[in-house]
Amino acid sequence: MSEPISSRPAAFLRIEGLSLDFPIYHGGARSLKKTVLSVASGKLGPARGATGGAVSGVAATRRVVVQALRDINLSLVPGDRLGIVGHNGAGKSSLLRAMAGIYEPVAGRVHVGGTVNALLDPNLGMNVDLTGRENIVLRGRYAGLSSGAIRLLEEDVEEFAALDAFLDMPVRTYSSGMVIRLGFGLATAIAPQVLLMDEWFMAGDSAFQDKARARLESVVRGAEILVLTSHTVSVLRTWCTRVLWLESGRVRADGPADEVLDQYTLATGGKLPARATAATAPVALT
Amino acid sequence: MRIGYATAMDQIDVAARADDVAARFGNVAAPHAPLRGTGLLLDATGGPAARRRAVRQDLAEGFALWRLAVSLGWLDIKLRYRGSALGPLWLTLSGAIMVASMGLIYSRLFGIVMHDYLPFLALSMILWQSFIGGLTADACTVFLDAEQIIRAMRMPFTVQVLRCVTRNLIVLAHNLVVPIGVFAIFRTWPGPAAAWSLPGLVLWIADGIAACFLLGSICARFRDIPPIVNSIMQIAFYITPIVWKPSQLGTHGWWLPLNPFDALLEIVRSPLLGVPAGLLIWASALGYSLLLWLAALVIFTRARPRLAFWI
Repeated sequence: MSEPISSRPAAFLRIEGLSLDFPIYHGGARSLKKTVLSVASGKLGPARGATGGAVSGVAATRRVVVQALRDINLSLVPGDRLGIVGHNGAGKSSLLRAMAGIYEPVAGRVHVGGTVNALLDPNLGMNVDLTGRENIVLRGRYAGLSSGAIRLLEEDVEEFAALDAFLDMPVRTYSSGMVIRLGFGLATAIAPQVLLMDEWFMAGDSAFQDKARARLESVVRGAEILVLTSHTVSVLRTWCTRVLWLESGRVRADGPADEVLDQYTLATGGKLPARATAATAPVALT
Repeated sequence: MRIGYATAMDQIDVAARADDVAARFGNVAAPHAPLRGTGLLLDATGGPAARRRAVRQDLAEGFALWRLAVSLGWLDIKLRYRGSALGPLWLTLSGAIMVASMGLIYSRLFGIVMHDYLPFLALSMILWQSFIGGLTADACTVFLDAEQIIRAMRMPFTVQVLRCVTRNLIVLAHNLVVPIGVFAIFRTWPGPAAAWSLPGLVLWIADGIAACFLLGSICARFRDIPPIVNSIMQIAFYITPIVWKPSQLGTHGWWLPLNPFDALLEIVRSPLLGVPAGLLIWASALGYSLLLWLAALVIFTRARPRLAFWI
């Protein structure tokens, strides 16, 4: 029964003509000297004519730009459960980070109304040198909670993560499963209006998974808008009503979940020669 | 499927929200609290005006989160000395040892009596090492060190800057014990003029913030800036009256007010030695600070949208 709290205005998420470039600096492009030299030689370039050295000098220091996203348009209203599907490097995480306001677009606009929480990676900016408890307090501070609310948050995460004495030890000493439990408990403790989620939450041992699922379900139900990225078609079918299929940074398909996911399964399965007989060998899909 | 958590958290959410609304509007029925993350607008079509607006927003949101920044700064210091018996007192101890050994050697070298020289040296060295020099070095990595958090969530860059300045203020506070001890030993108390160091300190904090924005942005993009900054600071250390007294230059010292480090150092040091800094020094310090802030704003405005990609 976690209906949206009536006092807050409805959340929305609008993306218009969003493009995102990723500069990749390799070796020389980080160097001030080379940049200065390349600017200087670039200015001298035309006067000196097509001397091979100057041209390659410019090329060697020019940074490589990856076009992470191109011309994305999207509008979400309360009740929308959007899944983003695509191969590795299709731009799923970049789009999620742009929605969270971490990456700024080079073209277009991203406009999000309502409180946003982005669950991007299990560490979620936790400081591994601090204890679990200190990390919880910092997160509460960031969310602007009062001291009383931070205590509640601490109790809640403590109970969920079940780290016992480890909660007062530096996160550095945790096993990866423990980090995920703490990160997940912390990330899902403050109910946002817009929930942006990467698929990492599927990790963890099986007992944790059941607990996590219950917790996640209540957060997702409480969120007005959900955006979830995943490779796993079954996860998206369970959670999402609408699916956006990204391919090399562009929208390949956008529509009702089942429709787009069927297309996606066909397109990715189509690469397998034995697709037609796949039904007789379901074991192949582990 | 309902678990206890959902109710508890909804209560937190409601309570926090109500607090927030009440704090801002004094009325719970007020429309909507401008919580962080509400109304996030990233606009690449707005040009320079949008970029400047985004910087103003970053500053406003960052200063609103000063509690977080101060906690982060404190934790940085605590972490550095976690597991050591003396803790941050190591800062004080190493400062004291340095001043004592330098004082012995240089007072002999310059032929000045300890009573005149040591209070000056102790104060100069501590102010320089633990704030001006320390902060400048720290400023270079202010955004690089926060890479994890910057890539995990949207947080005003100003928070990282305030964290860095807080950290260095804490170091300064620990180290100031050393000159105070020296004053006590030699009975050279500055008297009421010392209060003039407070406006100086305010300007230092403002300049520290600007330096973090400026150097942090440049160093995120160009990784060979920190060594350059380092060598500049080393030169500055020698051409600024820190180990030597300005009076030793005699009439050759006319250019000292042109040295931005000297002007900045004087506005805090001079009152602590019993003489308020002159008008010329203050004018010079304010002028250089203005330039620093202008440069910082120009560079940070350009760098801010790209910082997350650079680090």
